[in-house]
Amino acid sequence: MSDPILSLKAVHTDIAQYHILQGVDLAVPRGQVTMLLGRNGVGKTTTLKTIMGQWAAKAGEVLYDGRDITRLPVSARARRGIGFVPADMGIFSDLTVEENMLLGCTSGPLDPKRKEWLLGAFPALGTFWHSEAGNLSGGQKQMLSIARAMAEDRSLYLIDEPTKGLAPAIVSTMAQALRELKAQGASILLVEQNFPVAKALGDSAAVMDDGRVIWSGEMAELAENTDLQERLMGLSMEAH
Amino acid sequence: MTAAPDHRPTFASISLAERLDGAMPVLLVPILVVLGFFAIGVPSSWLTLTVSGLAMGMMIFIMASGLTLVFGLMDVINFGHGAFVSVGAFVGVSVLIALGEWTGTAYLRLNMSGELLAGEAAMAWPRALGWGFERIIVKPVYGAHLKQILVTVGGLIVIEQLIHVVWGPDEIFISRPETLKGAVTFAGAAMEKYRLLAVGIGLALFLAMRMVLRRTKIGLIVRAGVENGPMVEALGYRLRMVFVGVFIAGSALAGLGGVMWGLYQEVITAGMGEKMMVLVFIVAIIGGLGSVEGAFIGALLVGLLQNYVAFLEPKLALVSNIALMTAILMWRPQGMLPVVKAK
Repeated sequence: MSDPILSLKAVHTDIAQYHILQGVDLAVPRGQVTMLLGRNGVGKTTTLKTIMGQWAAKAGEVLYDGRDITRLPVSARARRGIGFVPADMGIFSDLTVEENMLLGCTSGPLDPKRKEWLLGAFPALGTFWHSEAGNLSGGQKQMLSIARAMAEDRSLYLIDEPTKGLAPAIVSTMAQALRELKAQGASILLVEQNFPVAKALGDSAAVMDDGRVIWSGEMAELAENTDLQERLMGLSMEAH
Repeated sequence: MTAAPDHRPTFASISLAERLDGAMPVLLVPILVVLGFFAIGVPSSWLTLTVSGLAMGMMIFIMASGLTLVFGLMDVINFGHGAFVSVGAFVGVSVLIALGEWTGTAYLRLNMSGELLAGEAAMAWPRALGWGFERIIVKPVYGAHLKQILVTVGGLIVIEQLIHVVWGPDEIFISRPETLKGAVTFAGAAMEKYRLLAVGIGLALFLAMRMVLRRTKIGLIVRAGVENGPMVEALGYRLRMVFVGVFIAGSALAGLGGVMWGLYQEVITAGMGEKMMVLVFIVAIIGGLGSVEGAFIGALLVGLLQNYVAFLEPKLALVSNIALMTAILMWRPQGMLPVVKAK
C-alpha cells in the first residue's frame, strides 16, 4: 500500500473503567473510501473518536499525514484537515442551517461554488437555509452534518453511520455525495452498518471485533466472500 | 450529481396560543409594567418606579451577562463573580474620588470624562483579575461542580479580604458627579438623571452584546459552544480560548456593573458583590443558564418587581424575587429562554 493518510498503531483507549480499544492497527489509504465494519459495540465509534481526539488514546500512535497527532487537542486535528461527522450528527439546533454551515468554514466565509455544489447535492438544505436546524427531520439533519463537514476542503473525513435510519432515496444521495468527495481527492473512513452501501462505496475495509481490527483488505474481496463475512461478522452481506 | 427528491414543505399555521407561548417571556416585561400601572394607580409614581426598576434591572443584567455565558459555555459555576463586582466598584470609585475636581463641577464634559475613566478603570482591573482567576482558580476544576463552588467561594473571600487590606474595612460613601445629581420631571414624575443614564448604558450594552452574538463569527462560535462545545472543537475552534475571552469580558462587565451599582447606592462595601450574587444568580437561572436574552428579561423583571412591591407592600419586597423565581421555574423549569444543550 502507498503511504496511507492515516495510521493507527497498537492504539488502546479506555472509557471510564472499560478498556474499549485493545490495540487497534489500522491504515487508511490516501484518496480511498475505507469502510470500518463490525458488530455493534466492537469499538468502531470509539476508534473514530480516538482519531479525532475526543477520547484520549492510552497507548499507541495515531499518525496523520506522516505526523504523530496522538497528543494533539481536538481542534488542532480538525485544523490539520480532518473532518468529523459524529453518529449523533452534532447539529446546533438553536442555530440556522446557514449558521451551522458557516461554522464548518474555519478559514473564512462559505465559498459560493462550494455552496452551490452542496445545495445541489442536498437541496433540502437550501429550502430550510434560514430555518433553525432543530426543526429539520432526521435525514435533513444528517445531510446538514455531512454538508457542514464538507463546507471546506479537508484531506480526511471520519463519518460515523451516516445512513442510519434514513430512507433509500436519501441514502443514495449521500452515497453520491461521498463519491464526488472522493473524486476530489479526499480520503474517507466510514463506519457503516448498511452492507449494500459499504459494498458500493468502499475501496478497502477493516473489520473490528472486541476492540481490535481482525481483518483488513480490499472491499471487493470481502464483498465476494460470504464465508469470510460470516467468519468475521457472523453475518453474510447477502442477507441484506 | 443526482439530487435527492426535493422536499417542498407546507407550512401549517401556528395557533395564537402557540405563538403567545413562544413570545411569552418577552411579553412578561410589558405585562408586568401594565399590571404595575393598575396596582399603583398614580401615573407619576408608576413612572418613577418603572424607571427605577429598569435602571436596577439594567445594572443587574450587566453583572449577570458574563456569569450566564461562562456557565453556558463551560459549565462553570463561578461564585467568585461577585468579587469582580466589588473590585470594579472600589477601583472605579477610587478614580472618581481622585478626579474629584472633574466630578465636583457642573460641567457635563468634565463629569462625563470622569465617569468614562472610572468606568474604564472599573473594567480594566476585573479584566486582569478575571484572567488570573480563570487560569489559577477555575482551570484546575473544569467539570467538577462541587470543587468549582468551593474554590470560587474561596477566591471570593480572599479577594474581599484583599479589598479590606487595600481600601480599609469601612464602607466608602460616594456622591455622584454634579450633572448626574437630581432628577428630571416628566408628566409630573420625577426621574433621577443617574437612573436614566443607567437605563441607557444597560440598553446599549445589551444591544451591542446581542449584535456581537448574532452578527459576528465569534458570537456564532460562542452560541454554538454553549449548545455543544465538543462539536465546536471538532470543527477546529479552540473553545478554551473563546471561554477565557468570555470569562475576561464577563469579569470586566461585572466590574462596570459594580461601579454603576456603587453610584446608584452612593456607598460601596467589600461585600457588595457577594450580596449582589443572589440577584445575579436569580436572573441567570430564571433567564435560562447560558442565555443573554433570558438574563436581560430576567433582570428587568427582577428590577421592576422589586420596585413595585417595595412601594405597594414594603415588607414583601425582600421575598418578591424569590417568589418570582419560584413561579417562573414552576412554569419553565429550564428558565424562560433555555439554551438547548446537546446530550
